[in-house]
Amino acid sequence: MDKIWLIIQREYLTRVRKKSFIVMTLLTPLLMAGLVVGPVLLAKTGSKQRIVEIVDAGNLFGGVVPTSEKIDYQFVGTDVAAAKASFRKSKHTALLIIPPGFRLDQPGDVQLVSRENADLETTRRVKNAVDNQIEASRLRQSGIDRTTLDKAKSDLDLSSIKLDEAGGEQASNSGVTTGVAFGLAMLIYFFIFLYGVQIMRGVMEEKSNRIVEVIISSVKPFQLMMGKVLGIAAVGLTQLMLWILLSWGATTAVAAVTGAPGMAEQRMEQVTASSARTPEEAAKEKAKMSQAMEGGVLKAMGNLNLPLILGSFLFYFLGGYLLYGALFGAVGSAVDGETDSQQFMMPITIPLIATIIVAQSVIIRDPNGSVATWMSMIPLTSPIAMMMRIPFGGVPGWQLGLSMLLLVGGFLATIWIASRIYRVGILMHGKKVTYGELSKWFFYKA
Amino acid sequence: MQPILQAIDVRKAYANHVALDGVSLDIPEQSIFGLLGPNGAGKTSLIRIITQITGADSGEIRFRGQRLNPSHIAQIGYLPEERGLYKKMKVGEQLLYLAQLRGLSRADASARIKSWLERFDVKAWADKYVEDLSKGMQQKVQFIATVLHEPSLIILDEPFSGFDPINANLIKDEILELRKKGATIIFSTHRMESVEEMCDNIALINRSRKVLDGPVSQIKETFKTQTYEVEGKGHLLVVHPDFEVLEHHDRENGYFYDRIRLHAGATPNDLLRFLIGQVEVHAFREQIPSINEIFIRRVRETMPESLVEEEAEARR
Repeated sequence: MDKIWLIIQREYLTRVRKKSFIVMTLLTPLLMAGLVVGPVLLAKTGSKQRIVEIVDAGNLFGGVVPTSEKIDYQFVGTDVAAAKASFRKSKHTALLIIPPGFRLDQPGDVQLVSRENADLETTRRVKNAVDNQIEASRLRQSGIDRTTLDKAKSDLDLSSIKLDEAGGEQASNSGVTTGVAFGLAMLIYFFIFLYGVQIMRGVMEEKSNRIVEVIISSVKPFQLMMGKVLGIAAVGLTQLMLWILLSWGATTAVAAVTGAPGMAEQRMEQVTASSARTPEEAAKEKAKMSQAMEGGVLKAMGNLNLPLILGSFLFYFLGGYLLYGALFGAVGSAVDGETDSQQFMMPITIPLIATIIVAQSVIIRDPNGSVATWMSMIPLTSPIAMMMRIPFGGVPGWQLGLSMLLLVGGFLATIWIASRIYRVGILMHGKKVTYGELSKWFFYKA
Repeated sequence: MQPILQAIDVRKAYANHVALDGVSLDIPEQSIFGLLGPNGAGKTSLIRIITQITGADSGEIRFRGQRLNPSHIAQIGYLPEERGLYKKMKVGEQLLYLAQLRGLSRADASARIKSWLERFDVKAWADKYVEDLSKGMQQKVQFIATVLHEPSLIILDEPFSGFDPINANLIKDEILELRKKGATIIFSTHRMESVEEMCDNIALINRSRKVLDGPVSQIKETFKTQTYEVEGKGHLLVVHPDFEVLEHHDRENGYFYDRIRLHAGATPNDLLRFLIGQVEVHAFREQIPSINEIFIRRVRETMPESLVEEEAEARR
């Protein structure tokens, strides 16, 4: 046992001290911070006031200047040709042309002229302004008051409540749940890939270095393989922890330094501005959103069964990694070089990729359906599939238990198969390995 | 004295060939034992069984009378033919790791690493990465790793390959020194001159069977062919029922060189008397077969008939 411990130590320390590990660990959180803070900063600095000229030849606006937060509208008479000429000389953003024969019942031929292609933001805002004006005019024609219409509009806020077995009620939020489920499943997926490949590389390194024969004359091949798998797991966990800590630290620090206040607010503004047409509507949306944030999301987060989710995440995270890690180790032992490894990687990566695809399309929509249930039982797919289901709740206890049991069993079976291939493979050189060959190795006596 | 290692009727088969077929060996304590055989004869299979990398299908290996088991790992040192080191590890750390895997404590290992590096005059290497060392330097590090835990049985598979003559000599002296201190060395090689020079006992394995073993001096005795080399001056004509000339060379100024075999019953003194009557004798010595010759002879002899024919066919 203390020999496995020695191997784990070596695998861990040599990796953690590598420059590439340190660089990756430090750079990734900075990148994350950049991704979070960057757009907000950009939005802040890029929001200069735009000036749009209007030639209202068709008399749509009736001399009333539309109001807008980001755009100043100016009337420039009704002569289209003259307006175009003067616009060319001005530094204004765009020129909106309402043609002379403009009809409310058949609106068309409205143009937005600009020097370069008008940016999306401006185009969208101008379109909203024109649409609003047309609507308002039509309402007026039909004799309907705007406030009457607003009163008639229905805006139901459907709050979804989850009824738990004890008969209690909990607010749930399928958006939050989906986010949590998918985030955790992706984390498992990436972790298995990133570090599984590291196991494979490590085994291949030992094999091509020819140090392996010395090592396995001191320890059993199984100990060497397990030591490597566990050592690299520790590296991965260290990196994950550091990423979480540093990302949080970096984001806070960057936000503090650049003075981007209330990033969530900024984000919300971007979202609401795009869906709402009028400032009043936007304000209303914003209020609703922040209410949802404080009440809904946080409450929904609080109502998720966090201890269960985190506990099973840890279990499936480690279980999945160990199961696939053993397989990656076996592949590394069987091949002589990176190029040969591709053909044996295939059967390992296919279940992983298939699960993630099915998870996105099927499981997320029907987390307790039969596809989801079956996939969360099979050990090769269960780490990701079960992680997609758990946050939605409703996974019966026996299913969770069975799935975990099967994963443990699956892990033991895979590590047994993998170690039988491994112990032969690491001593084989210069042989083109086929699947037939692999199965022969499996039946070799020790 | 009890042998340090005994192989008793060891058999090992792989999917499509038999690697060892009933091999038995006794390796005496504190000796250098040469394990010889052509490529693919089964030497590596036997070594891998002794180092517990694989197990025998049947038969038994005994270490000092005990059935071989993992507790013996600490007493065995192994330098494989295909050997290497972790390239991205420092020499000192690597030696420490390998020694600890062999069961040495950290403190003991550190002290011994220091003294070995001093002994080889390479103290400065401890903090160097292996990838920065030359091949010869790496070989030295591997040798140190093999003997660091002071094993009583050291298995060296082609230890001199890759060494320049100076370092090969250094290693040779170390091996002799280790034997003097009480270690037993199993020595697998193709280099017959080093076998002749160093080995006390040998075993020859061919086509998965042991075909010859015993003390080197005794084997040579058995393989003597009663052949004598004669150098001298004069005209030599041998017409004698007891003597047979195998080779005759005339050299300048009337000198000659002959290889003469005695037939059964004749003694070297008979030949000498016969020669003195005819020519001036300058040198007379028994031709003792080299291990190399014995090796080739035995390998040929133990080849199955079909293969001998095949070889003859190929030569034609």
